Amino acid sequence: MAIRVFLLLPVFLSSAIVSFSLYEDQAGLADWHQRYIGKVKHAVFHTQKTGRKRVIVSTEENVVASLDLRHGEIFWRHVLGTKDAIDGVGIALGKYVITLSSEGSTLRAWNLPDGQMVWETALHSAHHSKSLLSVPINLKVDKDYPITVFGGGYLHAVSALDGEVLWEKDFTAEGFEVQRVLQPLGSTVIYVLGFVNLSEAVVYQIDSKSGEVLAQKSMAFPGGFSGEISSVSSDKVVVLDSTKSILVTIGFLDGDISFQKTPISDLVEDSGNAEILSPLLSNMLAVKVNKRTVFVKVGGEGKLEVVDSLSDETAMSDSLAVADDQEAFASVHHEGSKIHLMVKLVNELDNVLLRETIEMDQHRGRVHKVFMNNYIRTDRSNGFRALIVMEDHSLLLLQQGAIVWSREEGLASVTDVTTAELPVEKDGVSVAKVEHTLFEWLKGHVLKLKGSLLLASPEDVVAIQELRVKSSGKNKLTRDHNGFRKLILALTRGGKLFALHTGDGRIVWSMLLKSQACERPNGISLYQWQVPHHHAMDKNPSVLVVGRCGSDSSAPGVLSFVDVYTGKEITSSDIGHSVVQVLPLPFTDSTEQRLHLIADTVGHVHLYPKTSEALSIFQREFQNIYWYTVEADDGIIRGHVMKSSCSGETADEYCFTTRELWTVVFPSESEKIISTLTRKSNEVVHTQAKVNTDQDLLYKYVSKNLLFVATVSPKGAGEIGSVTPEESSLVVYLIDTITGRILHRLSHQGCQGPVHAVFSENWVVYHYFNLRAHKYEVTVVEIYDQSRAENKNVWKLILGKHNLTAPITSYSRPEVFTKSQSYFFAQSVKTIAVTSTAKGITSKQLLIGTIGDQILALDKRFVDPRRTLNPSQAEKEEGIIPLTDSLPIIPQSYVTHSHRVEGLRGIVTAPSKLESTTHVFAYGVDLFYTRLAPSKTYDSLTDDFSYALLLITIVVLVAAIYITWALSEKKELSEKWR
Amino acid sequence: MAPILRSTSLLALFVCHISLFFCFFVSNLPISSGSEDSYTITGRVRIPASTVIGHAAKFSNIKVILNGGQNVTFLRPDGYFTFHKVPAGTHLIEVYAMGYFFSPVRVDVSARHHGKVQATLTETRRSLTELVLEPLRPEQYYEMREPFNVMAIAKSPMGLMVGFMVVVVFLMPKLMENIDPEEMKSAQEQMRSQGVPSLTSLLPASR
Repeated sequence: MAIRVFLLLPVFLSSAIVSFSLYEDQAGLADWHQRYIGKVKHAVFHTQKTGRKRVIVSTEENVVASLDLRHGEIFWRHVLGTKDAIDGVGIALGKYVITLSSEGSTLRAWNLPDGQMVWETALHSAHHSKSLLSVPINLKVDKDYPITVFGGGYLHAVSALDGEVLWEKDFTAEGFEVQRVLQPLGSTVIYVLGFVNLSEAVVYQIDSKSGEVLAQKSMAFPGGFSGEISSVSSDKVVVLDSTKSILVTIGFLDGDISFQKTPISDLVEDSGNAEILSPLLSNMLAVKVNKRTVFVKVGGEGKLEVVDSLSDETAMSDSLAVADDQEAFASVHHEGSKIHLMVKLVNELDNVLLRETIEMDQHRGRVHKVFMNNYIRTDRSNGFRALIVMEDHSLLLLQQGAIVWSREEGLASVTDVTTAELPVEKDGVSVAKVEHTLFEWLKGHVLKLKGSLLLASPEDVVAIQELRVKSSGKNKLTRDHNGFRKLILALTRGGKLFALHTGDGRIVWSMLLKSQACERPNGISLYQWQVPHHHAMDKNPSVLVVGRCGSDSSAPGVLSFVDVYTGKEITSSDIGHSVVQVLPLPFTDSTEQRLHLIADTVGHVHLYPKTSEALSIFQREFQNIYWYTVEADDGIIRGHVMKSSCSGETADEYCFTTRELWTVVFPSESEKIISTLTRKSNEVVHTQAKVNTDQDLLYKYVSKNLLFVATVSPKGAGEIGSVTPEESSLVVYLIDTITGRILHRLSHQGCQGPVHAVFSENWVVYHYFNLRAHKYEVTVVEIYDQSRAENKNVWKLILGKHNLTAPITSYSRPEVFTKSQSYFFAQSVKTIAVTSTAKGITSKQLLIGTIGDQILALDKRFVDPRRTLNPSQAEKEEGIIPLTDSLPIIPQSYVTHSHRVEGLRGIVTAPSKLESTTHVFAYGVDLFYTRLAPSKTYDSLTDDFSYALLLITIVVLVAAIYITWALSEKKELSEKWR
Repeated sequence: MAPILRSTSLLALFVCHISLFFCFFVSNLPISSGSEDSYTITGRVRIPASTVIGHAAKFSNIKVILNGGQNVTFLRPDGYFTFHKVPAGTHLIEVYAMGYFFSPVRVDVSARHHGKVQATLTETRRSLTELVLEPLRPEQYYEMREPFNVMAIAKSPMGLMVGFMVVVVFLMPKLMENIDPEEMKSAQEQMRSQGVPSLTSLLPASR
């Protein structure tokens, strides 16, 4: 028996090392991938030619993309680097997409049909300034008009054909700020308008061919400018003065500067501070005064005149030439659940070219941006389509009074993710009929059998795929036995909560966060509020959404409680204090609402839910609540305990003061905190002990109060290449967060960050850069409990002379020892996560999000400090892999297979009910979901289990039994006759 | 793994010359704040022609990353890439292309030699005379399906079951024949007395 096991084991292990692998036809069965672009900043339509109509957009996620105008699909897209924010987009020569990025210092051209980069030019830049891109609209393709770019204090003219800088002009003089670069159509003179110290207007006239300054005029303005500016025509701009109450028209016709002041009180009666709105309208500007949008027409001599005023909630597009000397613009305003889209002529605001009313989902919020495009209808009249960006970042195309397509671009900026169960299947609701008849069932399985025997034709393969998706019933909105169907709740930066189905990634419901205190709260984080499973079974589970009014950490917080099944907000409250940290406590009340503490900026903590029951539970555990704060900038970690109730008039009984218990101060001249990490609070550990090959026991030091801290020397906190190995060192600590005791310290000389780490059970794995070897390294640290190491003797256990039942307290000094090992890793890493299963029995895999936006599944056995160069036979049997200096990158173990999760930011894992399986959700600009079985699905049959083969086998066996029975009968009979 | 082709353009040297020239040019300009110590790295990504299928489509999706995400750039149609404004020092360049594995490249930009670039593959520790990056190996993200084969069927659990049954059906009678007739008789008697035939009682070894 032993021999057999011995023989089988290597076979088993060799198959288990590549534990994630997929056949090509299995792609998309358990996983899905969604591509997004983010909140659109600029949009340029390309509809002139017949053929594919497209819109080029750039977004806040630094994405430049070409979208199909008919369906909203992505033709191509590029995600630029995180520091490469796009300042402007244009189309040059009718075939290149031009993007200006990195504060006006990088200009790139992309081929319009396929997105291939054609040229890239680095522009000279000296300091931060506005960056302005102007791509000439020329209808003659053969003639190369230069692109004018202003950025970093220089004006450049760049050839659109090859990106060659034709000339550049220096505008870096002290105090001079360029505001506008204008080129009248067909003119060879470029006007550059700027302010010197916001008190003097300067206009340069520059020859567009050579870059020479033809003329320069300046004129002081005594009042000073505020910096808000709107250009109304090629020779006029309107600015606000420094008091924001006077509009100043600056005319610079032929280089002569003239000012004309118009107080806003002359235009609007109840005047206040004004704000110039961004849309560019010809000979007109839009000003926001007293929450009203006022359209001001600019006359020939700079005379201002109010022509219209609208309610506040109006978004406008830039004006667009619709016919000879006629320009139109689109405006969108809300009315109840509808939006009204109007296209008006700039010259005659009464002349409404288009008026459409469209029903709009309330959970999209307000319209933020409008981009308009016109087309010629068959009857030669003008038709209009409008691309609108909503408050929740979604992108919609409106045409002929309907939403042609919409894209949920909010999902490109997910900030927090949690999972939730689906409702249980109710009685009376019959299980969806998956197989109709036995014949069809058999047919399906015969098809599958053909597929697995590689006998299937291409049509069969398609049929098999369809059948698999259908038969798995994976898209149903009810809980399943294995826990494969779940809801992924994703909170976005725009303050919208989405519930995605794990089966196909569709949006089950979505909800926009609301607040009375502010217009639009930002989403911060998401917590499980109520998960009924013992009591309160009639209640639906709910989540707590924490938001904030504004980006500042001292801004007041907003709490929202959302029913997971329906997506309806149960209650929401403006809590009146700031939110710094949210601590879910390990206690629930009688309705299984989890108690949460919210710490604010003044050092108080607030208990939620605000019920007397919660308060009494909390009072019981008052002494046992500890938490810590990390002040990364000062290099201090502090531990806190509860002190007493808040005093003061505004305080209620759910507010508590705290006391500092311990501090860990890192010397600021040598160490700077770059990463901190704790274990996931809901992680399940199956076994406390680990059995060695020599029948030795190691007890894991499993504590929820361990904090991993990584520090680098301040010089090494920058990028790779900015520091030499001698100057930088990386130190990691394991700190007990109850006592502040440092349990372990490990120093890596000549290493630097960024550190990406994952903490699970009793081990930490972290990734950093080794400057000496100039390679990335991964180190594993496992921490074991020495004090329980004596409990190995069976007799001691029998006689009760062990300390296993002794209470574990954080106050006693734990006797721990650690084991660690380092390996090289050949890729930069963006994030690391670890699989989590229901009972924690299944072996773990590290999920490494690489810089190539793929996710690599690496078995934990590769990062095991017990690996040696020559493992003994016994160790090999146990599954210890011989030590190698670098971790293997096996292409088949990329869980994202042929997809890229562009802009990857985080990976979330959640257990399913089936022990072997875990849900993996990765988010960035894209979303990706898959189900993983780190040790293969040992507890269930796989999807490709061939029932037909089983059936055939049974039939054959039964037939064989009958035949042999008949044969033996016959034989027996003949023997009896003998 | 793929040999670096040395016979092509002397790119790296060329690059140094360009950047050297560039530096002089820049420093002659009246205002050039902070540009004396920044250089340009230019290189080329070459994918072997053998995997030419979908070559162009893949080319537009290749990213070149400096220092783990500090700068990201893309390839021109001819495979060239450039990083501008790189300070002198030791840097890391990584190439990400779906379907290929590229070794990270250690790039030393020398301040003393006006931005001379030295490149070393960190995986194989091979130094490059010119910055031409080639994939170490292609990557296949899917398992290949084994073609139909009888042994695979036979090895599968069901195949083993069938095999076992075949053995029982055809070999058992042979075994039975070898049993002594008297023993057989007694066994049958026993069977009758027990009423229920059991497999163990049929086997001679069980007695």
